[in-house]
Amino acid sequence: MGKEEQFKTATQSAQSSGYKVVGTRPIRPDGIEKVTGRANFGSDYNLPGMLVGRIVRSPHAHARIVSVNTDKAMALKGVKAVVTSADFPEIGPKARGAGEAPISFRDLSRNVMAREKALYDGHAVAAVAATTTAIAEQAAGLVEIEYEVLPHVLDARESMKPDAPLLHDDMFTKGLDPKPETASNINQRFEFGIGDIAAGFAAADVIVEYDFTTQCVHQGYIEPHACVANTTEDGMSTVWASSQGQFMVRNYSATVCGMDISKVRVLPAEIGGGFGGKTTVYLEPVAIILSKKAGKPVKIVMNREDVFRATGPTSGGHAYAKIGAKKDGTITAGELTMEYEAGAFPGSPVQFGCMTGYAPYDIENVKTVGFDVVVNRPKVAAYRAPGAPVAAFAVESALDELAKKLVMDPIALREKNAATEGTQSAYGPKFQRIGYLETLHAAKNHPHYSAPLGPNQGRGVASGFWFNIGGESSAAMHINEDGTVEVVTANPDIGGSRASMAIMAAEVLGIDVSRVKPLIADTASSAYSMLTGGSRVTFAVGKAVCEAADDVIVQLRQRAAKVWDVDIDAVEWTDGAAINTKSDANDSLTLAAIANTAGKTGGPISGKANINATGAGPGFGTHICDIEVDPETGRTTVVRYTAIQDVGTAIHPSYVEGQLQGGAVQGIGWALNEEYIYDDKGCLQNGGFLDYRVPVASDLPMIDTVLVEVPNPGHRFGVRGVGEVPIVPPLAAVANAVAAAANVRMTDLPISPPKLLAAIDGSK
Amino acid sequence: MAKIVLQREVARDFANGEAEIEILADDVRQLIKKLELKFPGIGDRLRERTAIAIDGEIFQDPMLQPIHEHSEVYFLPMIEGG
Repeated sequence: MGKEEQFKTATQSAQSSGYKVVGTRPIRPDGIEKVTGRANFGSDYNLPGMLVGRIVRSPHAHARIVSVNTDKAMALKGVKAVVTSADFPEIGPKARGAGEAPISFRDLSRNVMAREKALYDGHAVAAVAATTTAIAEQAAGLVEIEYEVLPHVLDARESMKPDAPLLHDDMFTKGLDPKPETASNINQRFEFGIGDIAAGFAAADVIVEYDFTTQCVHQGYIEPHACVANTTEDGMSTVWASSQGQFMVRNYSATVCGMDISKVRVLPAEIGGGFGGKTTVYLEPVAIILSKKAGKPVKIVMNREDVFRATGPTSGGHAYAKIGAKKDGTITAGELTMEYEAGAFPGSPVQFGCMTGYAPYDIENVKTVGFDVVVNRPKVAAYRAPGAPVAAFAVESALDELAKKLVMDPIALREKNAATEGTQSAYGPKFQRIGYLETLHAAKNHPHYSAPLGPNQGRGVASGFWFNIGGESSAAMHINEDGTVEVVTANPDIGGSRASMAIMAAEVLGIDVSRVKPLIADTASSAYSMLTGGSRVTFAVGKAVCEAADDVIVQLRQRAAKVWDVDIDAVEWTDGAAINTKSDANDSLTLAAIANTAGKTGGPISGKANINATGAGPGFGTHICDIEVDPETGRTTVVRYTAIQDVGTAIHPSYVEGQLQGGAVQGIGWALNEEYIYDDKGCLQNGGFLDYRVPVASDLPMIDTVLVEVPNPGHRFGVRGVGEVPIVPPLAAVANAVAAAANVRMTDLPISPPKLLAAIDGSK
Repeated sequence: MAKIVLQREVARDFANGEAEIEILADDVRQLIKKLELKFPGIGDRLRERTAIAIDGEIFQDPMLQPIHEHSEVYFLPMIEGG
């Protein structure tokens, strides 16, 4: 069997629902635009008279800003505006936004433009707008900033020490009793758990405990942040931006700029990757104010180095895991203590790490503790299941060692302790219908798991969990005169959601998907919809689309009833047509026929739904990884990888497979390659893809995927969110494979060749 | 009576460490009102920054969700995804 054939992606679906459109693979609606380069991303928009904006960034990791003098910059010919923090309103500490979760607008404002201090290398301190790129860059260099350089700290545990350089003198750790009287870099302590952890360990026959370290890693989206803003004399601002949510951009930008939300209109550009990293704003408020001062549109585009220096990676940190079990493999206790780097402002995802680490397991006694710690790095942003991968790295690695001590197959150990419906989760609530056990069975029975291994090769297994969410979602559906359908939603398409919306609309209406056109509206053309994130869009916006289709069907039946002069109860909707059940001949009218006479029967036909979707089911995945280690260089090669996940129902299986593959690849890069490298002054040294090494296609084999379908009872088509789970297992799957191949337990990511070689040499 | 479980830091800050409570309430809004009567100051905290799991189902922005006589209700952080 050839390599390509062996590793060809295979979808083994257990779903046999009888759907006509759901589960098929139509060509993506945005495909032609994307492959021909006609799709408009954030940097593709141009307006007459548009200026070029440039951000002035701190060269210091930690410094008091003593003064900012913009006179020379402003005097340069071609410069039309310069802004500093003085151009933004001061926002009080109590102002909290609410998107997916509350944020501090005070912190957001200070991250967009530093005030008293520069808190990381790359922190924005000022900005200029000029007629050309060259003039803007020259002007940026003419802004005179006097800094008082301060000591810096980059590691969470170092930052927790009493003598660590203090980032915020008003930060007093929350969650401690008694409340501390001295400021520190620890924003908050979190604790979750069930049962009695001491009793659980006392009952254990075998205990394993390890301390793990991970580095902060970037989401690695190919498209840098970019926007165009045009603020006019009436105080209105129109923004074209690549983001994960046009309503989020509107809300955050308006608030940071001190404007009413209604004064800002945001048009969503296509997005070249987000993964959570574009669920906030960096440039948009700056562009709005520059445009206001200049009286011209302003475009700002980050370069790659700006992206690495100044946009949120996810947290690096430390995780201590301790697990106890009986000789028969029953886990009696699970403990996890973690310290996560939040970056310059509080808000790491450590609490989600605490909640998710042991979530796949039915354990009576669990205690998880997390510390949210500020350091002189860019403020972290969400990255696909935020907080979960690091926690899973610790727990799943420790489980692997536990399996060895118990002389148990690692999948069998997980099967014995798997959470199922009715299990009390490690963070409290009982699970409803979930599909974790099914993923373990699929892994155990997959040909990969029993395939022979070659010299210096090892196999690792790991599992992972993510909650998935619903949230506020809106959809509108318009029936055209020829019976084609427009489905209008307001969520940027970062994972194929346009196709999924069209498929679900076609399924409910009973028509061919080619007759459905999905569109993404701006903030002035749609009701509010929460941002694209949290693996929510196919589930939650899909629900809204289905309800909008239901609304349309009611109207179509009403119109048909009028044509036939019967009561609406006599009209059924089947396979895209109205059926007159009172007629002996079973008269029918197609959607197209009804649409064609809409004017005669009452006017245009249009449906809508505005909901706060609930019922999102959690997701579980199990991954199998084969790694070959070169014992002379420490180089690792991924020779085979299989990602198995409970996906609910795969609306468009190709997209779902892509989510699993993409998440796996990001997790592999996190485990083997990626890290930020700072010099002794706290300045980033590898702010580019040459030196910040993400896996590329030639680095990895085809990622095989298995879509296990345990339908989510909370959605009419059984949809579960799928985008975040696949990044959770790979860190430990890779580490477990390396442990099997090289007989060394790597607890410090990334497992780069020098570190692995040192560990191999040290073990001899 | 429904079993109500508060987040540990909320219980510490507002409820003298009492994390598990039994309360009869028709919906989330009524539950929070009753908790406010029992632990003054807790209401704003619960309305602002929490999700709720009622019998295993998580609600991100809860107010009117019904609570039944023997429901299990957990206050959780609002889930932020990527």
